Amino acid sequence: MSSESWAQKVNLLTADELNQRLSQGKDTVYIVNLWATWCQPCVKELPHFEKLQKKFAAEPLKVLLISLDFRSKLESEVKPFVTRMKLTNEVFLMNEKDQQSFIEKIDDDWTGTIPATLIVNAAKKHRQLITNELTYNELLYIYHINKQ
Amino acid sequence: MKRLIMIGMLLGMFQVIAQTKGYQPGSVVPNFSLKDVNNKPVSLNDYKTAKGYIVVFTCNTCPIAQAYEDRIIALHEQYAAKGFPVIAINPNDPEVSKGDSFKAMQERAASKKYPFAYLFDPGQIITKQFGAERTPHIYLLSKTIDGNQVAYIGAIDNDTENTNPDKKKYLDEAIQALLIGDSPKITLTKAVGCSVKYKK
Repeated sequence: MSSESWAQKVNLLTADELNQRLSQGKDTVYIVNLWATWCQPCVKELPHFEKLQKKFAAEPLKVLLISLDFRSKLESEVKPFVTRMKLTNEVFLMNEKDQQSFIEKIDDDWTGTIPATLIVNAAKKHRQLITNELTYNELLYIYHINKQ
Repeated sequence: MKRLIMIGMLLGMFQVIAQTKGYQPGSVVPNFSLKDVNNKPVSLNDYKTAKGYIVVFTCNTCPIAQAYEDRIIALHEQYAAKGFPVIAINPNDPEVSKGDSFKAMQERAASKKYPFAYLFDPGQIITKQFGAERTPHIYLLSKTIDGNQVAYIGAIDNDTENTNPDKKKYLDEAIQALLIGDSPKITLTKAVGCSVKYKK
C-alpha cells in the first residue's frame, strides 16, 4: 500500500453523524478516541488503540480515531501525521464550528479536555467517557467490561 | 481476572483525581501573589482600581493558547481601562513542558509585547486551587463586598480557529454584564484545550 492511501482516509465527521453511527452499532463495542496532533499524551496513547483493534480484529470491536485539530490543518498536518504514524483505524476530523455544542453532544460531563475516550455498546445501552490517558492494559480492561 | 480487577481499581482512582474540582461560579478567590516575567511579585490586591480580573491560564506551547493569544491581548487592551485587566498564569510544570520555562515565558512576553502580567506558578499551587484543567482556561472574577467572586469560567468564545463571524463571545458578554451591574447569563462553558502539564 502506498503512503498516499493512508492519508486519503481522513474524512470529516460531525457529532451528530458520530452519534448516529454509534446508535446503529448493535452489539459492536465502539471505542472512540478523541485526540489531536498537538496533544502529546494523545499521540502517546494512539498506538494502544491500533494494537487493540488488531488483537480483536475477529470480534465486534470498532475503534474510531477522531481528531480535534483545526479544519484548516487537515491537509497540512493531520493527513501527514496519519501517514507517518501508519494508523490503520478509521480516522476522522471533527467537523464542527461550535465546540460548546459538540462537547455536550459527546458527553454532558465532558469539559473538552483530551485525550478522551468514548466507549459505546448500543445493544447494552452502555455509554461512558473516560478523560484519562490510558495504558494498553487499561484499554484492554475497558473493552472487556463493555463487551460483556 | 485478578489483574483486571486491579487495573479497574487503578482506573477508578484516576477518575477521582480527574474530578477534583477547584473554583466554581460563585466561589470567592483569596488574594494570591506570583512573580511576573520581570521577577516582580503581582497580586490581585495590587490592582486598586480594578472592578474585577480576567484570570487566564495560558502558556507558550499549546497551539490552542497560541490561537487565542492575540484575542487575549485585545481583551486586556479593551477592558483593563474599564476595570478588568488580564492576569495570565502559566500553569504548566516547566520540567514536563520545557517550552513553558520561566525563561521561555520571558521571551514570549517580550516578543509578543504582552500588555498584561504573565505569571509563573511554582509548584502549580494556584493552578490547583483554581482547578484549571487546560490552556487557555478563563476565570472571570468580580470584586464584591464578599471578595473576588468567580463570575464566569470557561472559554473566550466558541470558535478557536477564529473563522466564524457569528461566534459566541462568552467572555465579552460576561464582562459586559458585570460592567452594567448584572450577573452573566452564561457562567460556565466548555472548550477543547491542551491539558495542564502537571509535575510527574
